[in-house]
Amino acid sequence: MEIPKSFLGYKRENGRAGTRNHVIILPVDDISNACAEAVANNIKGTIALPHSYGRLQFGADLELHFRTMIGTGKNPNVAAVIVIGIEPKWTKRIVDEIAKTGKPVEGFHIERTGDIGTIMKASKKAQEFSMWASEKQREECPLSDLWISVKCGESDTTSGLAANPTVGNLMDKLEPLGVHLCFGETSELTGAEQVCATRGATKEASEKFLKTWNDYNDFILKEATDDLSESQPTAGNIAGGLTTIEEKAFGNFQKIGSRKFIDVLEPAEEPTKGKGLYFMDTSSAAAECITLQAAAGFNIHLFPTGQGNIVGNPIEPVVKLTANPITVAGMGEHIDCDVSKILSREMNLDQAGDELIKSMLRVANGRLTCAEALGHKEFVMTKLYRSA
Amino acid sequence: MATDIIIHDEKDNVGVVVIEKITPKQDCSCWIMENDKTVNIQSMDEIPLGHKIAMVDLNEGDTILKYGHDIGKVVKSIKKGEHVHVHNVKTKKW
Repeated sequence: MEIPKSFLGYKRENGRAGTRNHVIILPVDDISNACAEAVANNIKGTIALPHSYGRLQFGADLELHFRTMIGTGKNPNVAAVIVIGIEPKWTKRIVDEIAKTGKPVEGFHIERTGDIGTIMKASKKAQEFSMWASEKQREECPLSDLWISVKCGESDTTSGLAANPTVGNLMDKLEPLGVHLCFGETSELTGAEQVCATRGATKEASEKFLKTWNDYNDFILKEATDDLSESQPTAGNIAGGLTTIEEKAFGNFQKIGSRKFIDVLEPAEEPTKGKGLYFMDTSSAAAECITLQAAAGFNIHLFPTGQGNIVGNPIEPVVKLTANPITVAGMGEHIDCDVSKILSREMNLDQAGDELIKSMLRVANGRLTCAEALGHKEFVMTKLYRSA
Repeated sequence: MATDIIIHDEKDNVGVVVIEKITPKQDCSCWIMENDKTVNIQSMDEIPLGHKIAMVDLNEGDTILKYGHDIGKVVKSIKKGEHVHVHNVKTKKW
């Protein structure tokens, strides 16, 4: 198949391109959710991104909170942002960083005004942003404007056999065309960590990966009350035939094809070394991982599943594929790309990779994903430790 | 003959069922992805889609190989053709 050289995206002020054109109402903290949701309810064409944290966090955990908030606002799938927090200082910090992209952003704080006054002021600005964004048109953008993140979920052995290698095939075909790529799931590489480390493009990248994996493994060993056999593999994984974390890890690892990663990113850290594949230190919980990848600037997500994970994200469209024919038959409304014919050998990996490229480009051009049509917009902050 | 079982690597001692299920005493055709060879095996158990079958007899302490890599250890001996899963294999991690 000849791979299209472009897609139809929204060109942004900072030179990036979006696959979506959202106006978001971003609460800085948990207690501002009500206000943000009221504004999104008032003004059509906007979405609120409620979450559970943002108060009394400190140190690396607070920095991650800011990185996630700011990165979400900066993502090119977002046209304009209303930021609402209880206090002015943290609200302003987020507004100022998002403003550097050149996109419209305005902050509101609730203290001294209350919810109702803030909702009124923020709604007026949100209306202006929503109507402004509604005039934006899709334009032809080079394929290299795609920043593609990947994460698998509710995996089974069909994931490692077919769905994940399909993603790997797509990576092998698209990396030479200049896209950014990102995989994560630190804990789910356990068992394959030494093999994964050999995929660093440089000695520094390999060493940084092993340090990240070792730190995470030490944390897991410290916190685990037993052998983690209830969580990794999950009950869904086991029902699907996955027996051990090592088996899951080697299956997971198929997603990067024969690529090498050029750098290791902190959670929600924006890549700065140009095109190519990055590893990000993330949880293996689907919504947490995708939220971090979206905050790093990735604008389209590929999600292979076995037993049928249904996750979505409010700003980054999540394209799902599966190779499990039982999942296709039982919950087809969640599957954007069916590659189950690989198992019956009626389709090879090369054909499956092409099918996935086609599905992904349709979504990049504007087709709703299954998760979007079904209303999935899981926005989940990663918390490193409890608040002060 | 249709493929009933797929094996990733020729070193692997387990294969994955890729039809809805296999039944005891079923003669199964196994495709090895790495070298495109086909081998046959008779199953001992009923094994559902996605679950693993032992391609050889395995003793307690033996290593399970899949993708050509170590994915865990045998904790209860397994006969060729039997179901391989959490009841007879455990992780070497954690």
